[in-house]
Amino acid sequence: MISFWIILTGVLVAVSAGLLGCFLVLRRMSMVGDAISHAVLPGIVIAFLISGNREPLTILIGASTLGLVTTFIIEYLHKKAKVQGDAAIGVTYTFLFAVGVILLSLFAGQVDIDQDCVLYGEIAYVPIDTLITASGINLGPRPIYLLGGLLIAIVLFIIFFYKQLSLTAFDPGFASAIGISTVLWHYLLMGLVSITTVVSFQSVGAILIINFLIGPPSIAYLITKSLKRMLIYTVIIGILIAFFGYQIAAYLDVSVAGCMAVTTGIIFAVCFIYTSYNSKMKKKDIELNRLAQPIGTV
Amino acid sequence: MNENSVLKVNSLTVGYTRKPVLWGIDFEIPQGKIVGIVGPNGAGKSTLLKSIMGVIPITNGSVKIFDESLDEVRKRVSYVPQRESVDWDFPASVFDVVMMGRYGRLGLLNRPRRADKEVVLDCLEKVGMADFSKRQISQLSGGQQQRVFIARALAQQADFYLLDEPFAGVDAATEETIIQLLRKMSEENKTLIVVHHDLQSVKKYFDWIIMLNVNLVAYGPTETTFTKENIQKTYGGKLTLLSDVRNILANTPYSTKENK
Amino acid sequence: MQAVIDFFSFSDPNIRYVVLGSMLLAASSAIVGVFIVLKKKALIGDAVSHSVLPGICAAFLFAGNKNIPLMIVGAFISGWLAIVIIDYITSNSKIKKDAAISIILTVFFGLGVVLLTHIQHSGYASQSGLESFIFGNAAALIGNDVIVFSIIAIILFITVIAFFKEFTLTSFDEPYAKTLGLPVSRLELLLTTLTVLAVVTGITAVGVVLMAAMLITPAAAARFWSDNIRKIVIISACFGAFSGLAGAFISYMAPAMPTGPWMVVASSFIAFFSFFFAPKRGSIFLWWNKRQYIKTTDEENILKIFYQLGEPSDNFECEYSVSELMEKRTVGQDRFKSALNRLKRQNLIESIGENWQLTKGGMRESARIVRLHRLWELYLTKYMQMPAHKVHENAEMIEHVLTPELEKELEIQLGFPDRDPHESIIPRI
Repeated sequence: MISFWIILTGVLVAVSAGLLGCFLVLRRMSMVGDAISHAVLPGIVIAFLISGNREPLTILIGASTLGLVTTFIIEYLHKKAKVQGDAAIGVTYTFLFAVGVILLSLFAGQVDIDQDCVLYGEIAYVPIDTLITASGINLGPRPIYLLGGLLIAIVLFIIFFYKQLSLTAFDPGFASAIGISTVLWHYLLMGLVSITTVVSFQSVGAILIINFLIGPPSIAYLITKSLKRMLIYTVIIGILIAFFGYQIAAYLDVSVAGCMAVTTGIIFAVCFIYTSYNSKMKKKDIELNRLAQPIGTV
Repeated sequence: MNENSVLKVNSLTVGYTRKPVLWGIDFEIPQGKIVGIVGPNGAGKSTLLKSIMGVIPITNGSVKIFDESLDEVRKRVSYVPQRESVDWDFPASVFDVVMMGRYGRLGLLNRPRRADKEVVLDCLEKVGMADFSKRQISQLSGGQQQRVFIARALAQQADFYLLDEPFAGVDAATEETIIQLLRKMSEENKTLIVVHHDLQSVKKYFDWIIMLNVNLVAYGPTETTFTKENIQKTYGGKLTLLSDVRNILANTPYSTKENK
Repeated sequence: MQAVIDFFSFSDPNIRYVVLGSMLLAASSAIVGVFIVLKKKALIGDAVSHSVLPGICAAFLFAGNKNIPLMIVGAFISGWLAIVIIDYITSNSKIKKDAAISIILTVFFGLGVVLLTHIQHSGYASQSGLESFIFGNAAALIGNDVIVFSIIAIILFITVIAFFKEFTLTSFDEPYAKTLGLPVSRLELLLTTLTVLAVVTGITAVGVVLMAAMLITPAAAARFWSDNIRKIVIISACFGAFSGLAGAFISYMAPAMPTGPWMVVASSFIAFFSFFFAPKRGSIFLWWNKRQYIKTTDEENILKIFYQLGEPSDNFECEYSVSELMEKRTVGQDRFKSALNRLKRQNLIESIGENWQLTKGGMRESARIVRLHRLWELYLTKYMQMPAHKVHENAEMIEHVLTPELEKELEIQLGFPDRDPHESIIPRI
């Protein structure tokens, strides 16, 4: 049962993050996702300190706001203060992350998270935090409900606003010409990325969440040519990563989140080699066809 | 004032980080014409289209379309960005991209209906791409990509079209298809503005011409406007003083709205 | 307090080691960082710093203890490999650079985490200390280790100085560098190698997670203080060294604290200060500039009002009441009055009782502005085919920025005109 809960948690994190990540990858904003995931750390620590570990909603709202603020700071530094784009990202998130680590070590006794948790989360402890009704029935781990709710919200968001999300990613100029605000959808997406990062934080940590945001979508992007299929493949890959990642981790007795990242790497490598081999063969085919054609018909 | 004026641009000034890219532009366009925009590189041709469409903010001046602000008439206006402005590796089929032209008409939450799909297929037919509707967009040639963009604009069923370099990097057959299509549209009393860079074909393609080099050099019917003298003025580098002033402005914290 | 004095007296040789080591490595990575930032590769630095973790852990597993030279080699190899794979993915598939960086960064880091947890769980006796590679511990810079890291730092210094010209040229204008026959791709390789080396120097004191900041942040800050690349490099090195000192100090005062985050916070404060307050580029400076500009514009507009009021009678020595002047104003009352006072201080106008009058200098100045305004209007109608009724607004803006050289040029191009498009006389001074 324990392994079931852990795998389910992994699946929920991987699928939620991956679905949002599809649009990050297509907008070429992976590094902003990277920045957000590092930068929510001080928000989480502060929210933990203030709320005394008890109210997940306070932590969620407080820390996600900080994620959104990060994107504002990056935009501000880039557009108003004229800091070079990549440097603006690099400076902002390393600063916030450093503040988070410092807060963490200053208040080590008072906060329920430690440095290991920041690095790779504690998905193995998820099943301990169970939800038990007044009558004593065990409803399963608490984080499952939070993650499940988030996943439903994300799926609905993508189904309802598929048009806006795909168009602002493909052709922002055309989108704003027909009256779809690119800025609004940018911040909505970043807001959801922030929330997902915060919710997933305890399970996979602040750094490896990027793997779930960017890994499955990039693999799907490699192997398909339709956005809808890219979303579906992302879900499947997310499930595979969670399942095999956990099996490997259990076998080797090492970090679960770390193993999930390594599994992503392996799947990526396989798909990468397969597609490059395929496209090479195709090129060869075309070449052969061209040679086979009689001269003068080209 | 012209009764049939489709587009009225009044003292339009646009600046990227303070340096004016367009400066005090004034013109009007009558209905049912194919209007070309020509000018050297960096003259602000694309910027003009983008600022008309509200894609980039206007520093000063105003734009009226069908005597209204853009937001009132968005559904009657269609914009075709430069082909290079998007990533053609994007996971979408030809059909998907053309369907995007219907998004403006669909509401916030509505999904495309059967009628929309028919419009899309019809538009693909018009640009000669009906057989490619399932094709992934990365597998198209430059000319085919441009046809897809034109089909997307057609799917908007607008009255006024703005096209940014539709003839750039396309094959001769595509160029011919597109110009035929544009002519047919103008016969249906639709108005088209086309950013163009091949001076040879200006007289053949356009009824009207806008000659631009940061400032408006000339505009009017091609016959009378597209003269040697005006071409010289547009492309000749005589206005060094003007560019000196622009450079000074780039380093000045001026803002035109500040003094009001 | 005693501890602070102890630290800054540098009497303890250990403190000297730690301080010197931290400053040296922070400065050397800050120098390399300048070129990384100028080449817009800041995020590659991020990828490298995360990617060295598996190398460090593998070296630890291989040696069975904390063998610094072996770990440096391990870190170097895995950092290098990460960059090579990122480049390979981006040039051989449709995956974009940002996604490739993110994937490789996390997969490598994930592998590092797997190895790290393996080491922890298998209970190596000497595993303590490996954690300091994550967030850094400057106090660990002692004995032979500091010598090893210092040597790497010095190698970095020397290499950057030796290839200074080449790096400058390639980061400024790569195509041009190619035409000069510089081995651009080999220089690129060298810079990549230096990036990995710089990250490697920081693994003990700063830790792998935040090492990227020690490359990027001082350089991004230094960029705001100068346009001269030599100065940028020196400033960046100083910022880096200062952050290094801060890290060493913290680690002395609070040994349990990880030093990396403190170094990063120190250099981030320098960076944010630079973004806002640096002369010429800082936001506050620009804002101040804009205020000054608006003030001058207000003053010049008032002088113009004096001129316009005097023009019908061709008498510019009249005195006017504030209300007369205000009738023609375009700005709020307060702004108007403070501009009047500023003009008085500059001796351009003087007050006679309740009224105001131009001084001799004021007359000249007001004529100059009206003259620029009318010259520009004429230029617009003549060379830009603008209709006469539309040129005024544009001239209102340009009159404040025209320099004496441009004024002369305008006169020449317009053939020393007497009248503007509205048939008003263009004043001569």
